Amino acid sequence: MIKSWFKSGSPWIWLNAAAVSTCLIMVVGVLGLIVARGVGHFWASPIVELSYQEDNGEIKTIIGEHVDSTVTPAAMAKATGFKLSDNEDVLVQYLIKTGNRDLTGTDFRWIQERHIKAQSQPLEMMVIERREWGNFYGTLTAIKENGVVIAAGEQAWSILDARLAHTLALHEKIAHIEKKEIGAINYALEKLRLKQRSLELKNAWNEQKAKEFADKKAVYDADYKNHQVELAQLYQDIRRDSLVATTESGAELAIPLSKIVDIYQPNKMGIFSKITHYFVKLGEFLSEDPREANTEGGIFPAIFGTVMMVMMMSVIVTPFGVIAAVYLREYAKQGFITRLIRIAVNNLAGVPSIVYGVFGLGFFVYILGGNIDALFFPEASPAPVFGTPGLLWASITLALLTLPVVIVSTEEGLARVPRAIREGSLALGATKIETLWRTVLPMASPAMMTGLILAVARAAGEVAPLMLVGVVKLAPTLPLDGNYPFLHLDRKFMHLGFHIYDVGFQSPNVEAARPLVYATALLLVLVIIGLNLAAIIIRNHLREKYRALEG
Amino acid sequence: MSEITNSTTQSSLNTAMTSRYEKWRLLKDAIMRRAITFGGLSVIFAIVVIFFYLLYVVYPLFLSASTQSVAQYAIPAENAGKTLFLNIEEQNEIAARFTNTGKVIFFEAKTGSVLAEKNILIPEGVNVVSVAQGTPVGDGALIYGLSNGQAVIVKQQYKVTFINNKRVITPTLKYPLGEAPLVIDESGAPLEKIAFKVGDGTATIVAKTASKIQITSLEKEQSLFADEGSLVRTDSSLDIPVANITDLLIDKEDRNLFLVHDDGQLSFIDISKKAAPEIKQHINMVQTGQKITSISFLTGDLSLMVGDSSGLVSQWSLVKDSFGRPALEKIRAFKVSDKAVARINTEQRRKGFMTIDVDGNMGIYHSTAERELIKQNIANVAPPIAILSPRANAMLIQNDDGQIHFWTVDNEHPEVSIKSMWQKVWYESYAKPAYIWQSSSASNDFEPKYSLTPLVFGTLKAAFYAMLIAVPLSLMGAIYTAYFMSPQMRIYAKPAIEIMGALPTVILGFLAGLWLAPFIEEHLAGLFALFIIVPLGVMIFAFSLQFLPETIRQQIPEGWDAALLIPVILLSGWFAFTVSIPFEEMVFHGTLRDWFKNELGIGYDQRNALVVGIAMGFAVIPTIFSITEDAIFSVPKHLTTGSLALGATPWQTMSRVVILTASPGIFSAVMIGFGRAVGETMIVLMATGNTPVMDMSVFQGLRTLAANIAVEMPESEVDSTHYRVLFLAALVLFMFTFVFNTLAEVVRQRLREKYSSL
Repeated sequence: MIKSWFKSGSPWIWLNAAAVSTCLIMVVGVLGLIVARGVGHFWASPIVELSYQEDNGEIKTIIGEHVDSTVTPAAMAKATGFKLSDNEDVLVQYLIKTGNRDLTGTDFRWIQERHIKAQSQPLEMMVIERREWGNFYGTLTAIKENGVVIAAGEQAWSILDARLAHTLALHEKIAHIEKKEIGAINYALEKLRLKQRSLELKNAWNEQKAKEFADKKAVYDADYKNHQVELAQLYQDIRRDSLVATTESGAELAIPLSKIVDIYQPNKMGIFSKITHYFVKLGEFLSEDPREANTEGGIFPAIFGTVMMVMMMSVIVTPFGVIAAVYLREYAKQGFITRLIRIAVNNLAGVPSIVYGVFGLGFFVYILGGNIDALFFPEASPAPVFGTPGLLWASITLALLTLPVVIVSTEEGLARVPRAIREGSLALGATKIETLWRTVLPMASPAMMTGLILAVARAAGEVAPLMLVGVVKLAPTLPLDGNYPFLHLDRKFMHLGFHIYDVGFQSPNVEAARPLVYATALLLVLVIIGLNLAAIIIRNHLREKYRALEG
Repeated sequence: MSEITNSTTQSSLNTAMTSRYEKWRLLKDAIMRRAITFGGLSVIFAIVVIFFYLLYVVYPLFLSASTQSVAQYAIPAENAGKTLFLNIEEQNEIAARFTNTGKVIFFEAKTGSVLAEKNILIPEGVNVVSVAQGTPVGDGALIYGLSNGQAVIVKQQYKVTFINNKRVITPTLKYPLGEAPLVIDESGAPLEKIAFKVGDGTATIVAKTASKIQITSLEKEQSLFADEGSLVRTDSSLDIPVANITDLLIDKEDRNLFLVHDDGQLSFIDISKKAAPEIKQHINMVQTGQKITSISFLTGDLSLMVGDSSGLVSQWSLVKDSFGRPALEKIRAFKVSDKAVARINTEQRRKGFMTIDVDGNMGIYHSTAERELIKQNIANVAPPIAILSPRANAMLIQNDDGQIHFWTVDNEHPEVSIKSMWQKVWYESYAKPAYIWQSSSASNDFEPKYSLTPLVFGTLKAAFYAMLIAVPLSLMGAIYTAYFMSPQMRIYAKPAIEIMGALPTVILGFLAGLWLAPFIEEHLAGLFALFIIVPLGVMIFAFSLQFLPETIRQQIPEGWDAALLIPVILLSGWFAFTVSIPFEEMVFHGTLRDWFKNELGIGYDQRNALVVGIAMGFAVIPTIFSITEDAIFSVPKHLTTGSLALGATPWQTMSRVVILTASPGIFSAVMIGFGRAVGETMIVLMATGNTPVMDMSVFQGLRTLAANIAVEMPESEVDSTHYRVLFLAALVLFMFTFVFNTLAEVVRQRLREKYSSL
């Protein structure tokens, strides 16, 4: 029976089918894992209060969010040094995010379920998101103004919201002045310095110029002084209020409102307010700057940097890719040369991305950039302008990397344009380029679009070469801002993929940053899968269209 | 086509304007044709540029050194005495000549014009009988041993100041132990040979008189009350016959003393306890009949370069012997000449050295790379006094013709050779030759070690495990998808697997490092059980399906087996992990991981090749799957229908006809997949510990070429040896993938032609 079954070959077919199923399970599993871990990050999970028996028998209170749990069989737990009694067959452990890093030194702790004596979710528990030291968990005791208690207990909550909103507004104002206005002044002053240096190099620096520059500088300096005065006042205002909170151990801690981003009481929230809270947090994640060495806050600069780089890259890669494809399909005689080009294209696609990074760093940054600096920016020396990794070089490097994607896709599109259309156009007297420009290329444009979308998806996920040619963990300024010439191609930028690598592997507090990394990964995956699906749909659409044409 | 355009121009609309317009159209056509041709060819150009640029950066690594004579001039202040010693400072601007009359002449290295002349206090009627450099040589300290048993230590200092943005170097002399000569030998016997080490407030001086070897150690006593600490002096002498001792050396830790005997013997003495020196080893350094003619420390003082009368220079390093005691061991030798080696000058910042033989032939070598970088004659007769500048980019030679020659030396990258990159190298103070990648070190004393072998090994190891996972899954999956799967399911299944390939590798790496690695560490036994139980489960399910009543079996749509199997695999996978836990406890008494470690001695790293294999396998599957699927799917239908018509089962048709026909396509798919695994960066960067070890164990970490570039490139100095070696790593990767991709592409093009002819 079994023998004949094996002879029929059907077990091998089943095994092959199992391979497909395994692949599908892996894809869905990975996507599911990212979604499951990434989505939960913004949900206001309840705060539990546990009375927990420590190893020395002491009973302590622990406040925090439940993050993770593990189940270990007794034998293994015993082997790793846990003392279990005979009737326990598993060891259940919970990971609790206890926050209050400034007090305890850690954000997280593992506890054993069997030592939990009591558990509750008190309504008055609050979470404070702080600008430093991570989250705070505890209860609100009082509000202070200039160090004097003005409200305590329930009353404190009634005035807290207004005070916090006021402080946040002040914070926003300060940030605006420091970043935008003083930033612009600094930028202008630096421009002035470079201009002076450039004039000196040309031996055109004279008394008159010196006076002119000094006048300009005086204006900026005065402006700067005004801002300084304003800032001093704002800083004084923002320091006015603080709150007093009680920690799990009963200790009181004063937290200035200026250090607080948000306060909420998850245990009091209903389902609707939790949903609202979720979307507010999601919005903050997408639109705010990172805090605490990128482990908290938003990822806006990374999104912005990725989009800028991808746009620059598209501008560069599209014409080159399309021209190469047009040559291959429309102009070249099919033979040795086209064969060579196809091999070159395949090699371009197969060369490891890090090699592009090395090439970009050596050739674009040091050779091209170095020469551009020497020719056009002698005044900035010894500080490099283009002779250092930056947005422009990253875009060009990735354009080179994604070139094959555009070529292959465009070529496919061109191949599908029926011969009759070309011949018709030529027969009516159009030149070859006119035929291409007016009939063939417009028909192949969805294919180019597909290629471009795939190139964008590839570039958005690529990290290794970018690490060498311009991505940094924290860029102080965006590559696009209000200072002339607005688009700063020489600036370094942040990137979603690198952000994941950096926060997940290089940050001092990986455990605390993990949910944020999952959320970032989810965003990146969604973008890339979305782009790919779009490309697939466009491609299928295109095929249908040509089938109709041919029919 | 030109005929068509001609006929339009000859039509009745042939006015001057239209004809100009026609010309413009033709011109545009011609221009665009050129532009597009150029654009198309530039793709080839791009790949060529990448290759040649990488080569261009790597090339200087393998260049020999070259020298150039810049200037020569009469010995400055010749009447100040005979030259005992020459020196040149770091910037190659100022040189110094130390004479036997106690004069120091500072002069411009490029012109020989005297800048300053200083006197060292030497008592009346006393001669300089010996002179020695302190160690490390870069300190610029020098000792004079005098005929009355006294010694003077001087130290050159070159102070760099900037005046009006111009560098000005001022030479001065310092006396670290005071200007007055120190009494070394109480009896006043001449100090025939001398060696010393001076540090911050301490000094050790070893001197040889006619009757003994004396070791004097001076230490500044730190006193709380007095500003000036007094010197505490410890004297001891060695119980050793001294008559045949020709040279003394102390290392910079003043822990080891080496005495050279005229019969080719060397004594190694531990002087870390100054009051009680201990003789450790007498060892013969040369072949019988030969003599030690020159000796010097390699920078870092971890090994001795010994030149003998047969022209051989051998490197001896202190290596722990089988009892764990330090002992000198010969680790390599250079045949530099047929004549005796008169001098050995070692570089101050690299493990290079310069030799001069008795005929005046100079050679520059690098010890670790075992490279001879240059060999040339620099003097006609006797060996000249010659020194290398601190950066080893210039040398100063005093010849017998009464001239000083200033040469520049261009020797940028001596550290690297084909041998040092690909073969085992015996590094200083290592017990035996090894493959080591260790590109940065804390100080000049320890050289960077550039062996690419562990990195290539790591790359291939990671790729191997990835292929082990990816090849079976993707090939089998492709066979099923292309040939057995129902078209409705294929529409969804194929893009779903292909979209795996679009997932950014940074995300796969992140999951592998932070989720998969801890998971596998915990469930190692479960993972192994998975590999057995899942295929078994599938087989059992498939087999038992036959016993279902015919009516139910008919309900199962054909080609949806894969969908049917998903719950089976999930279930058996879950079963594998659940059952493995009690099984592990029962059989291995604890975890499988501990069992491996305790019973088999196999260590376990959390981030290891297994994790990389799975994660990178995942990344490679779509590539192989997609190309294989295409190759199988486009096998002409008449072949399969013919085979089926002749009575073959579908599986026979598959394995005997389809796979054979598509095998070139499958081959090229595997090649491309392998190329991708070799070059993948982010996954290996995040999922391995990045330790460059050579261990085939699946539970050990590794470091690949690509990850190494990503880790080290941002920190390497432009145009340094390290930078160029990293480019070489990139070039190796490039060539590797180039070969694989070209091969795969050629095979695929052949296959396409074959299909079209079938």
